[in-house]
Formats: sequence, structure tokens, C-alpha cells
Amino acid sequence: MPGRLARFLLTALFVLFLAFLYGPTFTITILSFQGPDGGLTFPMNGISLHWFGRLFATQAVGDIGAALQRSLALAAMVTVSTVVVSLAAGMAFRRRFPGGTALFYLTLASLIVPSILVSLGVGLLFNLMEWDTAWYSSGFGAQLTWTLPFGLLIMFAVFNRFDRAWEEAARDMGATPWQSFLHVVLPIIAPSVVGIALFGFTLSFDEFARTLLTAGSGNTLPLEILGMTTTVTNPVLYALGTASTALSFLVIGGAILGVRVLRKRGGG
Amino acid sequence: MRRSALFSWLQAAPLALVLAVFLVVPMAMIVVVSFFDYSAFALIPDFVFTNYQEAFGSAVTWRTFGKTLWFAGLTWIITLSVGFWLAYYLAFVVKGEMTRTVLFVLCTVPFWTSNLIRMIAWVPFLGRNGLMNQALIGMGAIDRPLEFLLFSDFAVVLAFAHLYTLFMVVPIFNTMMRIDRRLLEAARDAGAGFWHTLWCVILPLCKPGIGIGSIFVIVLVMGDFATVRLMSGGQSASVGLMISNQIGLMQYPAAAANAVGLLAMVLLLMAAILRAIDIRREL
Repeated sequence: MPGRLARFLLTALFVLFLAFLYGPTFTITILSFQGPDGGLTFPMNGISLHWFGRLFATQAVGDIGAALQRSLALAAMVTVSTVVVSLAAGMAFRRRFPGGTALFYLTLASLIVPSILVSLGVGLLFNLMEWDTAWYSSGFGAQLTWTLPFGLLIMFAVFNRFDRAWEEAARDMGATPWQSFLHVVLPIIAPSVVGIALFGFTLSFDEFARTLLTAGSGNTLPLEILGMTTTVTNPVLYALGTASTALSFLVIGGAILGVRVLRKRGGG
Repeated sequence: MRRSALFSWLQAAPLALVLAVFLVVPMAMIVVVSFFDYSAFALIPDFVFTNYQEAFGSAVTWRTFGKTLWFAGLTWIITLSVGFWLAYYLAFVVKGEMTRTVLFVLCTVPFWTSNLIRMIAWVPFLGRNGLMNQALIGMGAIDRPLEFLLFSDFAVVLAFAHLYTLFMVVPIFNTMMRIDRRLLEAARDAGAGFWHTLWCVILPLCKPGIGIGSIFVIVLVMGDFATVRLMSGGQSASVGLMISNQIGLMQYPAAAANAVGLLAMVLLLMAAILRAIDIRREL
């Protein structure tokens, strides 16, 4: 075990890392409250909510409100599909089945193919088939190739530690497979399922590489931000950053709170 | 027996379907299109090697591939050496499940902010009139603002480390938590010091975690285009950026040829990692 000096050094490293992680985010949070004449860097030129107001005003580059709606709808679709599909596949992989190994490797491959290639490939497919790309079709599918492997790996981790005795007990007491899944398996793995949902939501909500060529004519929020990084040179970008961070906090905080409430009910 | 296999297939079918339509077919498309001809307006189905000749006959492409590898290598070394010790701290130094969870959540919170925003966030920090330069000038360490802080390779690697270190910490931390603590005691009883235990006990047992973390970091950096574009201010290049530029110019077959090259390189690197480390144990 490390001695006292080593412990001190490691603690210092950890604190530095946290400062490194949070520093920039703090900086832009402060800067997003710049006065109307403020610029991209310090010093602060007064304090105002001006740039937050500008967020939903008409922009030179596009419509943040509509992009946000698309992103939220897409993230919701991806979250639900990721949970359902990876839960089903996770159940399938508890037994050996022909083709299972191939599917497993394909899922891993999906994780290591760079995002931009998925974007290009799906874009080309839709192009050659003369289908219209849209965030809810091609964009949705392209994002699933990223969220499903995560979902499946989490399911693997869960079922590796799952005690089958619970299910056997349910079966012995006359439960149908569906009943034992619904009343025994699902409640036990519920926290991990929420974890998959959170993963799916954040991965989808922030994704831009996979939607670059597949979102069609309507931009998602990250694509809007990507466009703004080259054209916008005022703190509206920081306001957008602060607002989107706050939104993520709300969604994730809400989910964590939800789990706690569910658990309390289950325990009580 | 037959019925249960059928049932498993039904359960796995949605996953297989999504991957077939949105991964297998698209990758095949890239390979097919990389042999197409193109004009300024359209793809022309053909079987020509000109895209590959143009891409890999040019020194710029090779330099770009080299640069991408260099970014990936540098980021890998930094995230591994920092990430390993952070994981070590969380797993072995921090006492108590509660503290550990709190510290862990503290590390993950910034990941709820969009990557793009987190990159932009470095601008007021590193810019010519940014906090860093102001602080250094204020301390009297320098008398002119440092120019290399932003829009440089330094900024690119810094942003990569900022975005991806946690991808290294989490899997290593997971493997460390699974190490039987009695092994460490045994090592100490047998007379091993701190470094000896680290090298002969902890490190070998962490290899799967290191492998998974390395795969994440290397794949994310190799395919990146936004970080390189934003943080280098257009002064550096990566294969991903080259592909995204060609996509922007509608030169899909050229982009596809580079994409095949990138895919080959990533797969080779993955094969190398998987040869060195058996990650299946981890699953």
C-alpha cells in the first residue's frame, strides 16, 4: 500500500484533475452572463442575461429552439429503443444460440468503427437508395449503432452477476417465463436499465459525428452548435453551453431522483 | 431445445437488424463507393482505382495519417498515465464506498455537457488574452502572451485529454475493484514493496481494463474531426477532418477511399491491442 507521501501526491493529482475537468466549464458559465457589450474573454463587461435572451431570438445561422426540440425527440426515441433492444438481446445472450458469437463480435465492431464512417456509410446508403435522410430515420439508426453496444455491454455485466436462483424459484412457484421476467428479473435489474437509459440519452443528445451526414435538412442541437462554432463570435455560444449543461443536469438529476423514489417504494 | 434457440433469435433479432442495416450495409457501401467515379454533381457507378491512387499517391494523405496516429499515440500515453493513477487513487487510496461514489460522480458530471461546448470552453482559457496568459503575465513569468496555447497541436491534445481521460479511468477502475485485496496482502507478506506489488500484481490484473480504455481512447481520437478542427483552428489535420472536408465538398468516393484506409488502420490497431490483452475475461 502507498505510503503517506504517495497518498498525498495521488490526492493532489485527483484534485488537479477535477480542476482541469471543471475549470473550462466554470469559465464559460461565468462568461455566459456577460453584459450586452461583453466579448468572448475576460474581463466581464457588466452582468446580464442578455445572451440567454438572444438564444431563442432569431439567429443568423439557424433556429436553436427547433434544433433543441429535434434533439430531445431523437434522444427520447434512441433512449427507449436502446433500452428495449439491448434488454431483449441481453436476455437472448444468457443462453447460447447459433450465430450468437458472430452477433456479439458484430456488436463490438459497432463500437470501434469511427463515428464519421458510420455517418458517411449511412449517408451513402440513403443517397444511393434515393431515400431522404432525416434525423428520425437515418440519424436515428446511425445513433443506435453507438448506443446499442453500450446497452448490451451493460446487460452483459448485469447478467454475469445475476443469481438465477430467483428465476428458478419463480418458475417452481408456477410463474410463466413472461411473469418471471416481469415480476422477478426486471425489478432486480431496474437500476441498470435506468443506467442504460441515461447512457442512451446522453450519448444521443451530444452526438454530432454520426448525425453529420444523416440528419437531413433539420439540424440537431449539436450540429447547430458545430455550425455556430465557426460563424458566431459572441457569448451566445457560452449561453447555449450553460443552458444545455443545465438541461442535462435536469434530465439526469430527474432520472436519479426517479430511481430513488422507485427504490423506496420497492423497499417499503 | 429448438424452440429456445428460436426464442433467443427473436430476442436478438432487433439488435441484429439494426446492426445489419446501419452498420454492415453502410460499411459495404463505403467500400463499393470508394471504387466509384464522380463529377462535381453526381456519383458515377464504376469500378476504378483512381480514388485510391489519388488518396494514397499523395504525400499529404500519408502525412495526415501519420499525424492522426501521432495524436492518437500521444493522447493514449497521456490518458493512460494519468487515468491509471486516478483509478488507483479511487480504488486503493479512497476509503469507504460513499466517498468513492461521490468522487466518481464528480468525475462524470462534466460529461453531461456537450463535447463541443467543452472544447469551446477552452477558448477563453487558452486564448491570446485568455486567463492562462493573463495569469502568467500577472505573475511575471512571461512578458508576451504565449501563442501556442490555442489553435495548435498542444490545444488539440489538451482537449483530447480533457474529453477522454475518463474513458480510461472507468474500465481500469472496474478491474482494480475486482482485484482480491488478499493478493495485495500476500504480496506484502512475501516482502514486495509498493512498486514491486504494482508491477507484478496490480498491473497484470488490470490489463483487461487498460485494454478496453485504450480501445476507446484510440478509436475516439482516430475518428475525430471536430476537436482537431476547432482546437487547431484549421492549422492541423487528421484523417477524420480530411474525410469530413471531402464530404463537405461532395467528393464522396474520395472520402470513401480515405474511410477504407482509416477503417483498416483502426482494425489493425484493435487487432494489436486484442492480441496483447484478452478483454473477453472482462465481459
